[in-house]
Amino acid sequence: MLNAIVKPAQPSMYRYDEFDSQFVHQRVDQFAGQVARRLSGELTEDQFKPLRLMNGLYLQLHAYMLRIAVPYGTLSSRQMRRLAHIARTYDKDFGHFTTRTNLQFNWIKLVDVPNILRELAEVEMHCIQTSGNCVRNITTDQFAGATDEEIEDPRPLAEILRQWSSLHPEFVFLARKFKIAVGACEKDRAAMLYHDMAVQIVKNEEGRVGYKVMAGGGMGRTPYIAHVMSEFVEREDILAYLEAVLRVYNQDSRRDNIHKQRIKILVNTIGPEEMRRRVAREFEELKRMGTLQLPQDELDRITAYFAAPKFETGLSDAIPDAGPDFANWVQTNVHKHKAPGYAIATITLKTPGQVPGDATADQMDTIADLMDQFSLGEVRVSHEQNLVLPHVRKQDLPAIYAKLKELDFASPNAGLITDIIACPGLDYCDLANARSIPIAQQLAKRFEDLERQHEIGELKIKISGCINACGHHHAGHIGILGVDKKGVEFYQLVLGGSGAEDASIGEIMGPGFGEHEIGDAVERVVDVYLKARRPGERFLDTYRRIGMAPFKDAAYEKEAA
Amino acid sequence: MTKLIKSGAYAQDGFAPVTDDAPLPDGAVIVSLARFQKEREALLARNTPIGVRLQSHENPELLGADVNHFSLIALEFPKFRDGRAFSWARMLRTRLGFTGEIRAVGDFLYDQVNYQHRVGFDAWEVPDHFTIEMFNQALTEMTNVYQPSADGKKTIRELRADG
Repeated sequence: MLNAIVKPAQPSMYRYDEFDSQFVHQRVDQFAGQVARRLSGELTEDQFKPLRLMNGLYLQLHAYMLRIAVPYGTLSSRQMRRLAHIARTYDKDFGHFTTRTNLQFNWIKLVDVPNILRELAEVEMHCIQTSGNCVRNITTDQFAGATDEEIEDPRPLAEILRQWSSLHPEFVFLARKFKIAVGACEKDRAAMLYHDMAVQIVKNEEGRVGYKVMAGGGMGRTPYIAHVMSEFVEREDILAYLEAVLRVYNQDSRRDNIHKQRIKILVNTIGPEEMRRRVAREFEELKRMGTLQLPQDELDRITAYFAAPKFETGLSDAIPDAGPDFANWVQTNVHKHKAPGYAIATITLKTPGQVPGDATADQMDTIADLMDQFSLGEVRVSHEQNLVLPHVRKQDLPAIYAKLKELDFASPNAGLITDIIACPGLDYCDLANARSIPIAQQLAKRFEDLERQHEIGELKIKISGCINACGHHHAGHIGILGVDKKGVEFYQLVLGGSGAEDASIGEIMGPGFGEHEIGDAVERVVDVYLKARRPGERFLDTYRRIGMAPFKDAAYEKEAA
Repeated sequence: MTKLIKSGAYAQDGFAPVTDDAPLPDGAVIVSLARFQKEREALLARNTPIGVRLQSHENPELLGADVNHFSLIALEFPKFRDGRAFSWARMLRTRLGFTGEIRAVGDFLYDQVNYQHRVGFDAWEVPDHFTIEMFNQALTEMTNVYQPSADGKKTIRELRADG
């Protein structure tokens, strides 16, 4: 499809050695055995459920859904092409990129799953622990390794954590799921403080690099911001420290009420101080035993896989002029890269009218071509359900933009009001109370006018179809929560949340709005902001300054313009 | 009916499980933590092997220094989703230095046996249809491991370093 001769690039990312490869292949065989036992009736659905969940297989409203791990959101072009192939062969020609930076297929047949897993294993992918009450896929900043804001690339640590958490014998039957995010800069693009555990790479006063560890954050029906467990953990101690947190959680968490079994409940019940004390006790013992100490040579070995690509030198650092549409796209979707002449380009999977995060098999293939031709063979998945080309030459941006336009993925809306996070909702999910996707589509269409979007500026709308909050509504500047009232879908507004470094939990405005009222209500809320804002204020800043009342008054004022 | 698997084979169970209100038979017995705490002196004075059965919410540290009086500690899985005993077994082996038998009892799955083995279990009370072949297969489905645990098995990181 592209004119240039494209050589698949070898991206700077982890590559399996013989041990990783054997591990993943044996895991496929193991799961194939579990599927066979289920199909033969030896396993009941109740017994099979936790086993299939540990391998990312859900039973949804209409079919099985298979969730494929994209470790720390990094994909090679070869992997992207394989995902396209799976979409074409085993699903309905599309896949969905999730807020956990995974990819899920919604129309999978149980008998096909072992074959799909084998196809994934061939390209060093798996579904291990993408669901179930265990440590889930490790996520990170989608700009990792490309931004100049970070202390170091967080992905080597994320890979070390991936390996450590894979089939960890002590922690595969936890009280609930356990999500870990890793970051390396002050700017938080990974919603770290909403995770069960977060590790931030920091420098101490002596300039030594180590890790700040936080725990007890989460969304769901009782949202919490994570508490600091330790301001500074030495590099070599990090696995022992994280294992200590997990051990306290596994031992001390409630098991009698599914809604109170996440680590956030434990931390906030016993208090962060007591949690730190319990963790410190386990940590001291683990450190003394020494078996989990992380040797520098292992850290170096893993880090070498992620060594920065050889960036060309002498490139122009200017972005070429290619018309006003292109300039708009650059303004929102292109970010600063650490190497002169390079940029980070966000592909928002949010063209107004489309399903947030969805991509067709053909789109995935074309993106794989773009990755090879323009981004050193690499792409990232972000928790905002977008893709990121991490290493593109500024001179190539017009060509990339033109190609994205053909794909209908060139919306200049990253971070704007139409860059909406939405969970699959009642269209797919059997936990949902209401549909999310049509609301996202409706709002994106309503605010489609680009001039207006730019006038409104940064405004994150996040939509969940139920209290489980997969659409991150607590962390939305404007969050929307779908509820069911006697068989009718209603949508509550939640204002003032943030999933960034200034994390906050949104406040519920009041009774929900009907499917056909929610758009007007959002519009009135946005209008209050536009009238009340001071120069330089984002929606969130204005909300924090003036509070809920004026927004609430306007939202429920049906006559207001 | 259940059978006992130890050292990769079916084994005779030398311990009699005793409920809290039943009289103690001669020989080795397994009692609950509650009964042990209530009748500690009498039980220790019997001079026969003694085992204790801990429920999943009972932290083995509750045994205190008595832990070494036990020949056997049975850890209960009330339902297979309750994974606390994985940490209890590991704690018994590594913190409390318990070298006696750690027995898995209750509702656990074939698919959990390998994890149990790794964290320090060395005996399994299994249903009748659970064969030795199944047991051996459970332990060999995955050749290598990423994490150190109570089994002392070399991790993939150590194997890599060995070259």
